[in-house]
Amino acid sequence: MITVNGKARDHADGLDLAALLGEAGVQVGGRGIAVAINGTVVPRARWAERAVADGDAIEIVKVLQGG
Amino acid sequence: MADDLFHIAGKAFSSRLFLGTAGYPNQQVFLDSLTASGAEVVTVSIRRVDMAGGAEGLLDLLQGRAWLLPNTAGCATVKDAVLTAQLAREALDTSWIKLELIGDRETLYPDVEQLVTAAAQLVDDGFTVLPYCTDDPIVCRRLADVGCAAVMPLGAPIGTGLGILNPYNIETICARSTVPVILDAGIGTASDAALAMELGCDAVLLNTAVSKSTDPVRMAGAMGHAVAGGRLARLAGRIPKRLRAEASSPELGLIGG
Repeated sequence: MITVNGKARDHADGLDLAALLGEAGVQVGGRGIAVAINGTVVPRARWAERAVADGDAIEIVKVLQGG
Repeated sequence: MADDLFHIAGKAFSSRLFLGTAGYPNQQVFLDSLTASGAEVVTVSIRRVDMAGGAEGLLDLLQGRAWLLPNTAGCATVKDAVLTAQLAREALDTSWIKLELIGDRETLYPDVEQLVTAAAQLVDDGFTVLPYCTDDPIVCRRLADVGCAAVMPLGAPIGTGLGILNPYNIETICARSTVPVILDAGIGTASDAALAMELGCDAVLLNTAVSKSTDPVRMAGAMGHAVAGGRLARLAGRIPKRLRAEASSPELGLIGG
């Protein structure tokens, strides 16, 4: 099991971060997206090589309006 | 005024108005408000992707028209604020962060103890930190001491539109600060923004006063004029206040004498 934005879910063996983002409907090439795993930011350039591991807590964020 | 540039961390701006991007009736009204305000810096937030809220394409919408200042709005711990700042840096390729560390969801007042701690960590991590803080000269000094690029004291609680509740404190902060002072939060209308500048603030950051006004585009224009007018008045040097009248017309040569 992994946790994505606070929600627990299953994951396929060997799933990498880029694929997970694709499943979540995130435009991987777009600006304004960032990801952290277990409290550490994973740079965009490493999304395709970072495999998701059991127990990972993943935060996927984007830029929104704000004050 | 082209000869009155405003600098933060080596970057120059000609407008002293920072505009928030939230709460406009629609995207076109926001864009028109941005144009009318003349603001060169806009604030944005960082949220989980499943917390969409119809804000797709904000960056496409802006198309590089403004310098982006991401915030850590809503964060209540040092850990969350620091990680949000790091995520913002990755998402936007900027080291600038408007650091908000809220101590209480009802008042939205900053938790200054955690704020100073988070600011120091982020400065060490290479960020250009602009902290939203209380209107306390000592807190502002602590924040400058740990390396913040500016301080952003509140005029009144976020979203209240109460104006500058303690002009004496804001004036004191401006007189003593070693870094730029940006009045943040509490602005309700144009005169509040002008007063901030007259008190010596280097810039004003506002959002709700424009986005929730009856005519945001017109209010955005008013804010741009108010900030520029207040700045001019500050530079010009106001007359001292007097307790008794003093005639401005010549007192000699009156008819009927």
